[in-house]
Amino acid sequence: MQESVNCQYLALQLTPAIPVIGGVLFLFVLGTLLRTSFSDPGVLPRATPDEAADLERQIDVANGSTGYRPPPRTKEVVINGQTVKLKYCFTCKIFRPPRASHCSLCDNCVERFDHHCPWVGNCVGRRNYRFFYMFILSLSFLTIFIFAFVITHIILRSHQNGFLKALKESPVVVCFFSVWSIVGLSGFHTYLISSNQTTNEDIKGSWSSKRGKDNHNPYSHGNIFTNCCAALCGPLPPSLIDRRGFIQSDTPQLAPPTNGITMYGATQSQQSHMCDQDQCIQSTKFVLQAAATPLLQQQSSEPVILTASPENGGSLPGRTSLTLAGPCTSLPLGQPTPPTSTPSLSCHEATDMLPIHGHSHTHPLQEPLAHHHFLTPEEVPSPPGMLPCGSPMGHSHTMQASFFNPASQDSLHEDSVRGLVKLSSV
Amino acid sequence: MYFVSRKCAVVRIYQVRLQDLQQPAVSSKVFIQRDYSSGTICKFQTKFPSELESRIDKQQFEETIQTLNNLYAEAEKLGGKSYLEGCLACLTAYTIFLCMETHYEKVLKKIARYIKDQNEKIYAPRGLLLTDPIERGLRVVEITIFEDRSIGSGR
Repeated sequence: MQESVNCQYLALQLTPAIPVIGGVLFLFVLGTLLRTSFSDPGVLPRATPDEAADLERQIDVANGSTGYRPPPRTKEVVINGQTVKLKYCFTCKIFRPPRASHCSLCDNCVERFDHHCPWVGNCVGRRNYRFFYMFILSLSFLTIFIFAFVITHIILRSHQNGFLKALKESPVVVCFFSVWSIVGLSGFHTYLISSNQTTNEDIKGSWSSKRGKDNHNPYSHGNIFTNCCAALCGPLPPSLIDRRGFIQSDTPQLAPPTNGITMYGATQSQQSHMCDQDQCIQSTKFVLQAAATPLLQQQSSEPVILTASPENGGSLPGRTSLTLAGPCTSLPLGQPTPPTSTPSLSCHEATDMLPIHGHSHTHPLQEPLAHHHFLTPEEVPSPPGMLPCGSPMGHSHTMQASFFNPASQDSLHEDSVRGLVKLSSV
Repeated sequence: MYFVSRKCAVVRIYQVRLQDLQQPAVSSKVFIQRDYSSGTICKFQTKFPSELESRIDKQQFEETIQTLNNLYAEAEKLGGKSYLEGCLACLTAYTIFLCMETHYEKVLKKIARYIKDQNEKIYAPRGLLLTDPIERGLRVVEITIFEDRSIGSGR
């Protein structure tokens, strides 16, 4: 309101270019703000169950521990003569790349994590740092512009009305404080860009010389100009996540798109488990109960299990029998195991896929939960923290899914695995 | 070859076997992790995993990984061309990317083609499959090892 009065007055008194330039600046600020808010900051997708299992295997081999939660694992890497520690992220199940950090607000690991900006409502990371910088830079120009013309307005008005009256009517105090805070922030980020540091690193003092004599920033290119160019004009990597993918609960998911995969893991599992929450909780309890039982051995997959055992019983639809290679297939096969009180979620699809009583399934996942094959506690594959039955099966599923099947088992497996792990890690 | 028999079980065995040939079973997966010794650029470790020893030449494998590393380095290279693209994009308020794709995306397509090519020529005959790292968030190169089927012809 006051700005419009300001503009009107100045437009009449001085030149109509003032509101025009102001308008253009304002639009630019808004554009960069929206771009920063809505672009992917460089989220690292969570590891697939196979990768996570592989890493955990390596960690266990090195540690020799069989605890539920292994001690925080770090890897050391030497980059440009500087030793950098890579931390293991328990949520995303990956070793974070250097400069990446897990944002607790977004619940994702972000590459070149700068900070989570509440004003923008998004993390600022590798992919949107330049937009963020342009936002605060243009905003500082805008605030300086407005402040300058507020002052001009006061001066011009005070000739007519008197200084104090003019001062009362103008937003000069607000402008003053905004200018200092925004310009200060821009200055700080200009310094960060020129030294190729992130806010995170600066706050922690990772590369400060106070930590050690030889402590230096291994990522800096040497001169200010190169650092600035690299941060602002360098190549923009594409997003690693698929934000437009459809999350389909309880229906087969198509093969993942080639450029990035739907990997807001926890979110996905949460969404598809909103309806399965009770079941999830029950099965988690069940798994926790069975935590004492030894891990089911990870057999190498033997699809010929199906052919070799004459107690197959009934007809096996060829497609389904073959897609299930792996130890899990041996579990429900032809075994009239007694139902337990809680079904095991992790072997959900397996049981649905294999008709126990000889009738064929048309669409396994449309089968109601009544078809759940109930596993005895001995058959429950693993304690929480280790990936459940889904894991040895998972890789075969994933493979088959991406090749031959619309990954019906795969998505549910991943979801159930993540759901279980997420619940059990709470 | 489809083998007709009176016994249902045997017929099923052969049915399944025939389909087995078409859908090989996954034996295991090997993950080639990222190599961060050169900083944050995308680079994979060239260390030869022991699981592949019986399947493929060490040199062949290293060559594949090295080529991939070179391609990723090309994508992330800082140079005149990338700066020009960046500045042009900034001036057009990034609307230019509605018409053309970024240099990085172009190289990613090149990488996809290379991987497909390698799979067809070298890895598939040995019962292996390379997965494009972009499908794994550029974290790992996933190599799937298929069961070695002595029955039936090679694929």
